[in-house]
Amino acid sequence: MAIAGKSHGVRIWPLAAPGIALVSFVVLPFLWLGGLSFIAGGEISLANYTRMIENSSYQAIILRTLQLSAIVTLVVIVIGYPTAYYINTRSRIAATFLLGCVAIPFWTSLLVRTYAWMVILQRNGIVNGWLQDLGLIERPLRLSNSFLGTSVGMIHIMLPFFIFPLYSAMKQIDMDLVRAARGLGASRTNAFWQIFVPLSGPGLFAGSLLTFVLCLGFYVTPQLLGGGNVTVISMKIQENITNYSDWGAASALGVVLLVIVGVLLFGASRLGARLGAQ
Amino acid sequence: MRRPAIGNLWLTPFAILVVLFLLAPVFVVIPMSFSDSNYLQFPPQVWSLRWYHSYFDAAEWMAATRTSLLAASCTVLLATPIGFLSAFAIRNMRGKAAAVLFGFLLLPQVVPVILLAIGVFFIYIRLRIVDSFLGIVLAHTALAVPFVVTTVSAGLKRFDFSLDQAARSLGASRFRAIFDVMLPQIRLSLFAGAIFAFVTSLDEVVVSLFIAGGDNTVLTRKMFLALRDQVDPTIAAISTLLIVVSVIAVGVFMLAVQRDNRRREENI
Repeated sequence: MAIAGKSHGVRIWPLAAPGIALVSFVVLPFLWLGGLSFIAGGEISLANYTRMIENSSYQAIILRTLQLSAIVTLVVIVIGYPTAYYINTRSRIAATFLLGCVAIPFWTSLLVRTYAWMVILQRNGIVNGWLQDLGLIERPLRLSNSFLGTSVGMIHIMLPFFIFPLYSAMKQIDMDLVRAARGLGASRTNAFWQIFVPLSGPGLFAGSLLTFVLCLGFYVTPQLLGGGNVTVISMKIQENITNYSDWGAASALGVVLLVIVGVLLFGASRLGARLGAQ
Repeated sequence: MRRPAIGNLWLTPFAILVVLFLLAPVFVVIPMSFSDSNYLQFPPQVWSLRWYHSYFDAAEWMAATRTSLLAASCTVLLATPIGFLSAFAIRNMRGKAAAVLFGFLLLPQVVPVILLAIGVFFIYIRLRIVDSFLGIVLAHTALAVPFVVTTVSAGLKRFDFSLDQAARSLGASRFRAIFDVMLPQIRLSLFAGAIFAFVTSLDEVVVSLFIAGGDNTVLTRKMFLALRDQVDPTIAAISTLLIVVSVIAVGVFMLAVQRDNRRREENI
């Protein structure tokens, strides 16, 4: 007996044709551009790529993007893991309330949140005001228009993306296992680190990977909170097109970005398959 | 009651701090929008609605808002049925094909948006639809489809297809079986997908930056360009309104979920 209505006689995939067409419509043009990036002066060449290697600013931008994404991901893990864990230990009502608090920024537009951090972190902003009132600093710190400000904004934007999936992964964990370990004489700390944390491993890994990959593509937040002092790959791509109409350079850099993302996701899925097989 | 495995003496204050951090932007932007000052002081010294006036009285902001709302509505009307049909097809496919199609339809979420933006810009130049309303809606719909596919797929996973077969063996056409049996069962997932589609379009910045200029400037693009030059308090008023729109959308959805739960309990 075919389950789930799989007995439909006709081929079903044409129903998905409009979706496939639309997605192709936005995804394929970049692949076309990526192909064109290997052509310079009318013939196949790596000129767009050698230019990137010769120009040290490109390497700096790529490294900067990786560094920013790594720092943001690390902080998101350090802040998000205990938070998800805490929500998981609360009663249903408290957990719902806390999840609601995580959902509010999740549903708030990225642009609005970036703007809010510009206001909070600006020279005469709230944080500088407080620090001065407390006598901790004499002159305002440069919090916005900086790497620090960009990181704070991105951490804020990524936290819900990390907490939600991690929380639902933690919810699946059988807490009896932790209790059993305690009953068998493990200390609270040991039960947590040796039972709970490994069980939450897949959720933690997936959440961290998602965070890192999404960070690599950020444009709005570094542009506005970086104030010209932080240049990431996306910004350089935009600049190449808007200011110089240099499609070759923009596409080549885009291919580099896509390859980084692709390698990470592919590597992760292979790793996941191998771990799953064990 | 779930008991924590480790002591949570430090965990409670830590979680409170994280929640405050998460809510900080909302707590700051809303009061700020009612300030009378040109400078973004917090808390505001004198309250006023001047930044709301400067928004509602500006023809350019109003035009951009109209375009945004119209584009978001069209995106919902297109992305919801297209996403539903795709999810329906995936649910009824066998083996690997389903996973491949699902993965493909999620691509717009995985590929960095700047790449989609320049790709779309590139092809729109050739099609001569840069800065056109049609172009905005097409791009936004493609970006929204993955959300609808995800939410509706989750709904269809819970749907019992033997109901569909029962309806059809009792003489309902495939069409009627879908409309009268399946859609009522998964309407919350459809609704969630529609909200996602609306918010995706309304909040989209990067693609719009390239393809939504001129007469069809959208709200977020105009906000972004304004912010790049200076921190204009009018943006605080617009931001507050955008937050309100999101809260209403999510609130309406929560009410629908609640009503649905109650009805289900009554039926048992």
